[in-house]
Amino acid sequence: MAMADSKRILVLGATSAIAERWARLRAAQGDRLMLVGRDPAKLAVVAADLQARGAAEVLTAESDLADTESAAERFAAYVERLGGLDTVLVAYGMLGDQATAQDDVERLEHGLRANFLSAAVWCELAAGRFEKAGVGTLVAISSVAGDRGRRSNYAYGAAKAGLSAYLEGLAHRFAGTPVTVVSVRPGFVDTPMTAHVPKGGPLWATPEQVAEDIERGIAKRRAVVYTPWFWWLIMLIIRNLPRPIFDRMKI
Amino acid sequence: MSGASVRDDDGILAWGRVHRGRHRVAAPVWPGELEEAARASAGEGGATLARGLGRSYGDSGLNLGGGLVDMTGLDRAIAFDRAAGVLRADAGMSLDAVLRLCVPAGWFPPVTPGTKFVTLGGAVANDVHGKNHHVAGSFGRHVRRLGLWRSDRGLVECGPDTEPELFAAAVGGLGLTGIVLWVELALLRIGSAAVTVQNDRFGGLDDFFRLSDESADWPYTVAWVDTLATGENLGRGVFSRGRHAVHGPLDPHRAGGPAVPVDAPGFLLNRWTVGAFNRLYYAKPGSAFRGEQPYDPFFYPLDRLRHWNRLYGPRGFYQWQGVVPPATAKDAVQVLLGRIARSGEASFLAVLKNFGDAASPGLLSFPMVGTTLALDFPNRGGRTLALLGDLDRVVAEAGGRLYPAKDGRLPAAEFRRGYPAWRDLEDRRDPMLLSSFWRRVSQDG
Repeated sequence: MAMADSKRILVLGATSAIAERWARLRAAQGDRLMLVGRDPAKLAVVAADLQARGAAEVLTAESDLADTESAAERFAAYVERLGGLDTVLVAYGMLGDQATAQDDVERLEHGLRANFLSAAVWCELAAGRFEKAGVGTLVAISSVAGDRGRRSNYAYGAAKAGLSAYLEGLAHRFAGTPVTVVSVRPGFVDTPMTAHVPKGGPLWATPEQVAEDIERGIAKRRAVVYTPWFWWLIMLIIRNLPRPIFDRMKI
Repeated sequence: MSGASVRDDDGILAWGRVHRGRHRVAAPVWPGELEEAARASAGEGGATLARGLGRSYGDSGLNLGGGLVDMTGLDRAIAFDRAAGVLRADAGMSLDAVLRLCVPAGWFPPVTPGTKFVTLGGAVANDVHGKNHHVAGSFGRHVRRLGLWRSDRGLVECGPDTEPELFAAAVGGLGLTGIVLWVELALLRIGSAAVTVQNDRFGGLDDFFRLSDESADWPYTVAWVDTLATGENLGRGVFSRGRHAVHGPLDPHRAGGPAVPVDAPGFLLNRWTVGAFNRLYYAKPGSAFRGEQPYDPFFYPLDRLRHWNRLYGPRGFYQWQGVVPPATAKDAVQVLLGRIARSGEASFLAVLKNFGDAASPGLLSFPMVGTTLALDFPNRGGRTLALLGDLDRVVAEAGGRLYPAKDGRLPAAEFRRGYPAWRDLEDRRDPMLLSSFWRRVSQDG
């Protein structure tokens, strides 16, 4: 199924539900994929599926992405195995639990490292590569939780706010160039990460819907993609709520 | 992690929406989580049941008060041999996904039911059939291998040549003889995504049987019947034949289409509205259509309207499907249609088809050589059940049987008469697997 315009794609956190659904869309187009994640058994399951769906080639690498030791060398090795780089998706993360983060600063620090610090490092490495090449697409999954700190999840939200700001800066840096930076801000998504949360109702999206929104965002070169789109409106309101009202809300 | 987490869910419905109740649900997303999910949802000493996309109409896909394993998160392909046309995929993969994968490569599911929103596991567990039964037999005939998980044996592979007894029990086994983890399927070669179609109106049952006999070289045949027509119009309908076009683009179907957002009022589908629909449907130009159409509207017309089952209102509906052998078919179908027309219970969807003589591989497979009639009735309580009981007796006298996947009230005695091998299935049942249907029909056995 290898096609002339087959893209070389690096997926960091390839076993996350959103990343996997997005990779399926790319596999069907005959792209080459490098999947990075912690669990080799899960990576193999995803790789076999993407291969069957038409990917030109699927490579895997086992790695703890929250750990940034020798990140530059690791990144270079992924790119070398892929034979170049057209698109990067940074998709790993951990929702964590706000109460745990408050009680245990080690957990808090680990969450910040996973969701912000390491993610910023991988994004910067991709940006450097694309700057040299003069072209490329960087997509990272942030969250609507980063739009305003709230009592129910500010540890997670703060990390995602940092990532959103980092991506905004990268998009600013590459404005007017062929390099595309897309910051994806999903709302509630029905994935294993949210398995413990009661679901249902119109606010919940499937990872398939989010993956399709990401594809559209890339095609339109949007700096920020709220998915589903109505979260843009919800967050606009939440960001602008006067503090006396905001303070009374249990969100 | 998520494989073991179990949630209580009160909202799970069968497709007919008559049966609902509480389940403990586990939803594995990785193959390695299946065992944990099965045991956790079953609970100590309890039982569970694998569930796919929930298109079984009655209680065969429910395990009220017990566990359910939601298999739809296990939806990956394992291997696709594009040269040989063999697909091995997780049991939770839908035919919708199979089509998207296979059609661009020039392959098609060898057998497909009237909706693509069924999983491979469900297709095996109910040994489903399609418009090509007279040439291809049931779904199970095209399954080369199955991966099963049993609580007493762990993972087991079976097929027509490996552990054939286990295979025969799993095909059409209603999910009771092991959880289907993956399916290896031999696909059908196609040269185009289009289907060459010939639709013809027919005036009565004799014409239906004549058209069926004349259509032996058409791989797909099915007929729609106007169940409210009486007298000289009794048994009139539209006969539809199709075959895959030889050359053409191999584009898969598009997603989407409107959905029925809420329950329709219960009176929406009654004998007058359905009667008016039937007259229009019979008269519309499409009923004499000849030409090519994409595979999607030909095979899956109802998939265009998502949640169409809500049209029957909050009380839901009963589907009923029976098959009668060739020797008694003409008379039995005549009697069935006469009873329905006289009862005034309106069946919106009435489908008539001749099955072929290819033996089904499953111990409890529904299809057998003869004529099958499928009907949908809005649930109007005792009146509807009385009519269905009447229809059961006609099928019993004709030596036929009824389809468990379609039926939420199939009486135990009727089931046991139609499927004498049910005791063998009970013997081979995984002690940790059970459904509301099986509890109902196998008790006091």
